[in-house]
Amino acid sequence: MNKTLIIIKREYLSRVRKKTFLIMTILGPILMASIWVIPIYLANVSDEQKVIQVLDETTLFQKQFKNTGELKFIPTTMDIETAKNNLSTSGNYALLYIPKTQLNVPTTAILYSGHQPSLDVKGHIKEVMQKEIESLKLESSGIDPEILKSIKTNINLNTIKIGENGSETKSFTEVSMVVGIFSGILIYFFIFMFGAQVMRGVIEEKTNRIIEVIISSVKPFQLMMGKIVGIALVGLTQFLLWVFLTFSIVTAFQLSMAGESKLTNTDKMFSPQEKILNAEQLKEFSEKSAEKDDMNVQIIEAISSINYAVMVGSFLFFFLAGYLLYAALFAAIGSAVDSEADTQQFMLPVTIPLILSIVMAQFVISNPDGPVAFWFSIIPLTSPVIMMVRIPFGVPFWELILSMSLLVATFLAATWMAAKIYRTGILMYGKKVNYVELWKWLRYKQ
Amino acid sequence: MDTLKVVEVTKQYAGHLALNKVSIDVPEGSIFGLLGPNGAGKTSLIRIINRITAPDNGKLFFRGRPLSGDDISQIGYLPEERGLYKKMKVGEQALYLAQLKGLRKADAMEKLKFWFNKFDLDEWWNKKVEELSKGMQQKVQFIVTVIHDPKLLIFDEPFSGFDPINVNLLKEEILNLRQKGATIIFSTHNMSSVEELCDHIALINKAEKILDGKVVEIKESFKKNIFEIVYQNQNRSVGDHLPDSFALISETHAGGLAKARIKIPVGESPNRLLQLAIAHVEVQAFSEILPTMNDIFISKVKEYEN
Repeated sequence: MNKTLIIIKREYLSRVRKKTFLIMTILGPILMASIWVIPIYLANVSDEQKVIQVLDETTLFQKQFKNTGELKFIPTTMDIETAKNNLSTSGNYALLYIPKTQLNVPTTAILYSGHQPSLDVKGHIKEVMQKEIESLKLESSGIDPEILKSIKTNINLNTIKIGENGSETKSFTEVSMVVGIFSGILIYFFIFMFGAQVMRGVIEEKTNRIIEVIISSVKPFQLMMGKIVGIALVGLTQFLLWVFLTFSIVTAFQLSMAGESKLTNTDKMFSPQEKILNAEQLKEFSEKSAEKDDMNVQIIEAISSINYAVMVGSFLFFFLAGYLLYAALFAAIGSAVDSEADTQQFMLPVTIPLILSIVMAQFVISNPDGPVAFWFSIIPLTSPVIMMVRIPFGVPFWELILSMSLLVATFLAATWMAAKIYRTGILMYGKKVNYVELWKWLRYKQ
Repeated sequence: MDTLKVVEVTKQYAGHLALNKVSIDVPEGSIFGLLGPNGAGKTSLIRIINRITAPDNGKLFFRGRPLSGDDISQIGYLPEERGLYKKMKVGEQALYLAQLKGLRKADAMEKLKFWFNKFDLDEWWNKKVEELSKGMQQKVQFIVTVIHDPKLLIFDEPFSGFDPINVNLLKEEILNLRQKGATIIFSTHNMSSVEELCDHIALINKAEKILDGKVVEIKESFKKNIFEIVYQNQNRSVGDHLPDSFALISETHAGGLAKARIKIPVGESPNRLLQLAIAHVEVQAFSEILPTMNDIFISKVKEYEN
């Protein structure tokens, strides 16, 4: 077997078998799935209808309180004292008392309740009364309520993207934003997490003093690449397990909930990863579902508007290429120091572009085609994160190719440089290394 | 045939000459001592032999052919800076390192079983390295150095950090390996082990080779015609009865015995000294004092520095 393969195998297995890997693999999907699952669960389980008795002495509002999914309004004609006394025995949630006043228009109401009434309930009651009073006032000043109704319009701004070949696709800015920022953060997170693992692995070999034993059998470059590739595979495994497990949890949940509830009004809870997997499914669900209101149709359209083949493909590319670039730099840093505590001065210039790109991501989101977005998605050290943020908005083909080829070229150059530093650094002990020293190592013949 | 031939190897690190035209010949089946003070360039040379670094100039030959990358599988190297992955299981790790040396998994398993058995390590196969005692770790280290039956073994300061029991075990195994046809290079500044084991040496100081050859011949060439007489102590000194040309270097009296070291002048034979001594004292022992490697080492390095 090829020696690099043996190294890759060890690096991979020794990490995948670790307890921390297992914990991360299980916790990740649970967290992601719970973002979606918990709200639905809560919505379905805890919300029994709350009954509110309405004692309206003004008789203006009685008809206006319409039952909702959460609240049921029952008019009552008891006098206030009896009603109050009955409240605890009736099992009702609250008693709304609107007393008669001298004024034409009442402005006060009292809500008696055994609980602290929730903000939602208070807000709902206030809104109903406010609206009614508004229309009463408008009516009294001679405006027809029908006209009033017709004034209130919901604006539906559809955005349509026209492709270079004239094809029209609906575009959804909000969804693109979420998907973009999520993939950007994920790339950032993966590069940092697994890049640092490469560095720690190199330092470990130095402090264990096993390095010279190994490089008497294999070339330093083989060892370095074996480590980098092995850890990349760990990253990919983790990612794919996350996707798979999240999908499984969500599906299992859907199946268990399918009998009791309709999923239609919670689509927006999907995190982008589930969107990737569930777009098709969702479409099906929504088609089956009886209530196909506008909002739902839109969201589903939005979710399926993302080009997932491109998204997943470029995610994998930018993750791998970005990781390889940074991993090479991290490996060089690890080789130059004796312990993790000494890495500070070299870590800074490597982490700055990464952190900068995650900071810039917010600006890029608001103007994905601006010069900032363009340049940061072309410059190789920031392009993995920023390009992923931009891709859901649609990126011209040539920019994508330019960014990708620059990234690959830089990663090759970085690996070449890192290898030179690495093979000198791993044999240096007890020497405080600075940039001048690194520069010398770069110029050593071998 | 020489197992290893190093011809005028030069290695320069930024502004620092590590090796200056160093040549050594390591005969097949020999135990070769590579000696020198710290920082002399021993480790640089060993790294070049292991192809960890490349020389700036000079050539290396392994068993008659130029040293190539494939020859690495014929070399076993125990570096001075040595260690193991602490969190990895002993057996797994030994297998990994053996495979990196080019052994196939099945062969490696078989050989490891043999060595683990020999060193009483069987039950530690599935333990993590950090659970092993220092001595056991050193045994594992030794096993992975020799596991692939190398033709050439290089030990860099092999006895540093080994306890006396393991040092003996190691010496025994090294001699065993030589018996089986391996050639061994020792890099050390521990002179007593050199005297005990090595038959050839090269002395390196400040990047240059200043002495090499067979140990016996070197000792012979450094001897100073000094003889030691041990005789019964009867309040008499043997020195009083010798001609002036026989210089008394030292004389000690301890218990009933006296020891005198005498330098014989050029042209005189040891027999003459013995005759002179026998005439006056009761001689118990008579022997030639050969310089120790330590003396040679120190005098040579000092001479070089002046």
